[in-house]
This record gives sequence, C-alpha cells and structure tokens, in this order.
Amino acid sequence: MADANPLSRLVRPLLAIVVLVSIWQLTISLTGVPRYILPTPLAVARALFEQRALLEQHAMITAIEIVAGLVGGVVLGLATALALARFRPLRRTLLPLLLVSQAIPLFALAPILMLWLGYGLLPKILMAMVIIYFPVASTGYDGLRQTPQGWLDLADTFGLTRRQRLLKVQLPAALPSLASGLRMAASAAPIGAVIGEWVGASRGLGYLMLNANARLQIDVMFAALVVLVMFAVILYFGVDAAVRAAMPWHRDRVTPPA
Amino acid sequence: MPPPGLEIHRASLTFGERPLFRDLQARFEAGSWTCLLGRSGSGKSSLLRMIAGLALPDNHQLDLATSDGRPLRRRLAWMAQQDLLVPWQRVIGNVMLGAKWRGTSTNADRQRAMHLLERVGLAAKADEWPAALSGGQRQRVALARTLFEDASVVLMDEPFSAVDAITRLELHEVASTLLAGRTVLMVTHDPLEALRLADHLLVLQGEPANLVSIPVPAGTRPRALADDDLQRRQAALVAQLREPTDG
Repeated sequence: MADANPLSRLVRPLLAIVVLVSIWQLTISLTGVPRYILPTPLAVARALFEQRALLEQHAMITAIEIVAGLVGGVVLGLATALALARFRPLRRTLLPLLLVSQAIPLFALAPILMLWLGYGLLPKILMAMVIIYFPVASTGYDGLRQTPQGWLDLADTFGLTRRQRLLKVQLPAALPSLASGLRMAASAAPIGAVIGEWVGASRGLGYLMLNANARLQIDVMFAALVVLVMFAVILYFGVDAAVRAAMPWHRDRVTPPA
Repeated sequence: MPPPGLEIHRASLTFGERPLFRDLQARFEAGSWTCLLGRSGSGKSSLLRMIAGLALPDNHQLDLATSDGRPLRRRLAWMAQQDLLVPWQRVIGNVMLGAKWRGTSTNADRQRAMHLLERVGLAAKADEWPAALSGGQRQRVALARTLFEDASVVLMDEPFSAVDAITRLELHEVASTLLAGRTVLMVTHDPLEALRLADHLLVLQGEPANLVSIPVPAGTRPRALADDDLQRRQAALVAQLREPTDG
C-alpha cells in the first residue's frame, strides 16, 4: 500500500538519493579513481554552484527544446491516432509507414536534420518530437480501437454519429492507454533534445557536456548531467500529475474490502 | 405516443457452417413484456442484437416490422448483461449518458436523471464514481440509464444474470414497475425469471432452433416465488429445456 503521509513520501526518495551519493563517494574513496574519470560528489556540487549562471543559460535552451518537442509530439501523435481510428483507408497506408519510421535509428537522423535545418533550436525540437510522436500515436491508436464492444453497442442505440462515438466514447476509453504513452514520451523527450545537441549545437546542456568533456572539466560535465536528470524527473512527475488530473475517477477509486 | 408492437420474419442466423435458426417469425405485442428463453448458444442473444440493429460477426438476416410502420431506430433502449457504466462519468452522468454523448444534455435532463435515480433508490449515490458501487447498485444505475432514453421499446439481454440471486429478485420488482407500459423484449436463460416477468414467453429450442410459445402463470408482474402454479410451470419448463436438442 502507498503511504499517505506526505512527509514520508518526500523522505523516501531523499533517502534513496543520500544512499546513491554515499555509494558514489565510497567508490572513489575505496578505489582511488582519478578525478578526471569520476569527480567527487562535493566537486560536482561545487561546479553546480559556481557555474550556475553558465548552467542556467544552457539549461534554458534544452528546456525549451524538450517542452516544445513534447507538446508538438503529443499533439501530432494524438492527431495521428484519432485520424487512424476514424478513417479506415488511412490505416492501410499510414500504419505500415509509421512502423517503418520506428526502424530508423534516431542517431542517423540527427545529422540529416542538422544539414537541412541548421544548428539552431528547430532540429533539436524536431528530434524530440520524432522520439515522442511514436509512443503517443501507437498507444493512442491502440487505446482507441480497444473500446469494449458493450460501450460501442450503447453508442449505437443512443444514435451517435461516428464522430461523436470517437470523441465521447473511444477517446475517454483510451485515456488509460494513452497515459502510459505520455509517461513514456516524457521520459524519452530529453534524449531527443540531447542527441540533437551532441550532433551539432552551440548552446544547450548536451553541447555543454561535450565542451566540458573536451576541456577535461569533468565536474562541469557531471553538473550538467545532474541538471538533465532533474529535468527528466520533473518532466515525468509533471506529466504523471497531469495525466492523473485528467482521470479523476482513477484517483479516488474505492477498493472493496478483501 | 403508444409503444409499437414488433414483428419479425425470415430471421436466420448461421454460425460458421451451422445454421442456428432459419426463417423464424414472431410477434411481440405492443406494451407487453416478452421473455425469450433458451440455453446457452441457442442464438437468443444474437436474435436480440439483430432486432436492435447491432453488429454481429456471423451471417444473419432479419425482416423487422413495427405495428405503426415507423422505424424502430431512436425509439429503442438497450440494456445488456454488463452494466456498461463508464468509469469517467459519475453516477448521475451515467444515467444521462445518452444526452451527454449526443452533446444535448440540459439542466432538465439532469433533473430527470436525478428523479430516475430516486426511483431506483440511488439518489444518495448521484455524485459517486461508479467504481464505488456494488454490482446490484451498478445494474440499478444501468436500469435508470435505460429508462432515461425514454424509449417505447426496451431490449434487454440477460440484464439481471450477473448479480446475486437476492439482488436479482429485487431488480425484478424495480424493473417491473418502471418498465410498465413499454414493449419489452428480454432475453434470459433463467426459467424462474421468465415465469415471474413475462406476459408472453417464447422458448428458442432445437437445431436449427424454433420459437415455441409457452403459457405463463396468471397474476401481475413480478409474480410471487411461492406461487404453486409458478413452481409447477418452472419444473415443466426446466424439463422441456433439458430435452435433447435434436427435435
């Protein structure tokens, strides 16, 4: 059972972080790994503080790329799912294409996007969109076509149009399935943006990491990584909270006594 | 507007290569309650789906006529074995689901839905999520949703078979009162339920199946369980349903 106490809900993840950092420090103390391979937690914390202006500047860029990519990918993915569910001829042409698009390695796509769109924000946003689009489109479409027959029967006897049936019956019925797609998308979004920055950029956390690596500023590299992890975590829990708010009946479900 | 009677002709259903029934015909009297009884796999639920105009995977054919000559579409309400409550609407929203889904719901609809909830004894649960209800309560909400459509023809496919025996008997009384005056066609596999509720009782039996009309006990719906006549007829009906089906 989940603990309802908000304090202990906060304490447990913090405890996990403390344990991880301790293992990190212990590894360095025991093995004597050199600084330029693995900096100490303290050195990374110092870099986080001392370089905060630099980190903030690059983090903003990456954040914009991730959020824009997430919004664009979700909107496009959802639109694709609805269109696939609504128009049968579209399924035959678009569905195989969608599956093939998944076979393209993202890393191979990145240089092409750079070539066409330059080194600005746009190719990174597109990378994030591409990586988000598929899980949203596929879980959305799966959810839309797995509406229980009984609800479709009701919709028929209620005299709904196909459009009403799609939006009022199939879409809410698909929400739980779509929610898992959105959670997947949220954790994948930073990957797309950072890959884009690695391939070619002059700003962003991915660029900062490569740059710091080249200059042997390993503590800055780790600091950038910490910021990126924080982004991913915030994004995941943010999307999770939004998804829960969209499905209030899941939250205060009363479970019958065993 | 008085409820229409229904007539079916040339009803045929083939399951793979096997004909379940062929060229059936039947009349369902206006404003009366007809029970369609049969064992599992007899095709009784499929026949009901055909009348409702719902999708069926198998080969089927049916000529349907109403006594007033107007189409049945938009005048029928459907109730299934599952309550079919949607988890994303509260209880009151599930009662007025038809209006919600058609995008026509008004304040008057809400009041009517509330009134129907009172009549099935669940007014206090109006703002709960369906997940908080028991199986019997959910089926009562489904009944209120069926009534909300205010249809003159009500088609029910084993509506009370998923609840416990006592709840089923209670639901018989509620449904009996609330559905009075409509043309009701109910599929069931429970001889007792059929004998309690039916004005007319048809048994779908044989291979391929025929519709056999069975006399029902006297008295008003729902007939008492202790009724001697009802008990006798139940024994006879069970014996008939157990006959080998190659007749």
